[in-house]
Amino acid sequence: MTLMSEVGQKAFNLGVPLAVHMDVTYRCNERCVHCYLDHDDHGEMTIAEIKDTLDQLAEAGVFFLTLSGGEVFMRQDFFEIVEYARRLMFNVKIKTNAVMIHEPEARRLRELDVDTIQISIYSHRPEVHDAITKLPHSLERSIKAIRFLREQGLRVTIANVLMTVNSSDHMAVQKLAAALDAHYTLDPTITPMMDGDTDVLALRIPGEELTDVFQNPALVGNQEEFCAPPQPPSQEDLEGYSCSAGHSFCYISPYGDVFPCVQFPLPTGNIRQQKFRDIWNFSPQMKEVRSIQAKDLTVCSSCSHVTSCTRCPGLAYLEGSMRGPSTADCEKSFYRTGVPTANMLRQGLSKPHSTSGRSAPLIQIRALEMQPGEIQTVEAQPIQVSA
Amino acid sequence: MPENCIYIARSSAIAARALAGEMMVMHSADSTFFTLNEVATAIFQAADGHTPLRDIVRDRICGQFDVDPEQAQADAEQFVTELSSHGILIMSNQPLAPETP
Repeated sequence: MTLMSEVGQKAFNLGVPLAVHMDVTYRCNERCVHCYLDHDDHGEMTIAEIKDTLDQLAEAGVFFLTLSGGEVFMRQDFFEIVEYARRLMFNVKIKTNAVMIHEPEARRLRELDVDTIQISIYSHRPEVHDAITKLPHSLERSIKAIRFLREQGLRVTIANVLMTVNSSDHMAVQKLAAALDAHYTLDPTITPMMDGDTDVLALRIPGEELTDVFQNPALVGNQEEFCAPPQPPSQEDLEGYSCSAGHSFCYISPYGDVFPCVQFPLPTGNIRQQKFRDIWNFSPQMKEVRSIQAKDLTVCSSCSHVTSCTRCPGLAYLEGSMRGPSTADCEKSFYRTGVPTANMLRQGLSKPHSTSGRSAPLIQIRALEMQPGEIQTVEAQPIQVSA
Repeated sequence: MPENCIYIARSSAIAARALAGEMMVMHSADSTFFTLNEVATAIFQAADGHTPLRDIVRDRICGQFDVDPEQAQADAEQFVTELSSHGILIMSNQPLAPETP
């Protein structure tokens, strides 16, 4: 186990919110065809409220802070937020479309020692990328911004959302990332709109095409290992938990609402009305989320994939029960291994019915992105004194 | 560097947070990640740029832990030298202004 994994496990066991994703606005200068957000401002937090929230997060033990949106630079006070966060010594990652980043902004981000800038690129072809963002010249502007950021020595990750309209372009985007000396991450997740509208799910790629992704070593690393059939679960596996949502991670919206995860829209409290620590420690919803073990899952506890499936409790919640299956992840497990899931078998399906375009969004894979376990770790020389 | 007048300050290029009494530290340039034990955390937290290391060792280490002062000073110097080599701490034989982003 790496040092980073140990720390993550320790935070998980202690119930410390090690990482928080905070959207500072839902406003955006792009109108991406697949976006699930309502971009109107319904009363986002003021700079004073955000600073107070950051104070509370630091006090609660948050180390990794992701600032996202909407488009973060739509806030004119965004640099004030980053500066304040860095003074509180958070590790700050920013998600942006980058079209408003020029040389001065890149330099300021370097001065603030931001850890990583993640930028959405949908295609290497302007006519495809710009049609998705509905902002003319957005690909050109985003690529220029990546060059400015790289010139400053900042780490950049290109996030490539995979959907029907750009599904043939991901290899070229990966090459573009390499040419720009940026990391690359592929994400085939299409999430329903915040108002519940699922029309956008028609953009998801057919499940059969996932096989190509899963069998591409450039995306998944060791393909044989990645696609290996599932192993039978042990008792320890059945007493395990799905993910870090609500255990050592949570999401805060621009309006101060706290959720277990970005993709888990279960309201647990609002920091305009309660202290973050009270929500984190005492919210009945948070407690319920963190109580669920693999053995408690209504269908998945008997599934052969239970130990290796990326079952997302948030997507399961969107389907009706946080203890139930997430069809999107069932689909992923099936197309990765060829082995039917318990959820499919109970419905008498030999393969997922992915053509409906109405089931929950597909999958999330993070190929070729630096994982916590891959971060270079050096343990400090222990001081030879006894307490 | 003279050993009797070392001043230490935390770099502005790091992220840091205590987890159950132990400090997590990551450098933004290369994501090098450290965890510091309780004693090392005490030194790190006292690295204000104007308190000499020997005073930190005397007040924060010898005053709190059952330790030989000479050994503690030697270990502390080794520790701050290593963290300095990774850009986590800044060492000087003159007082340092604290770095801010």
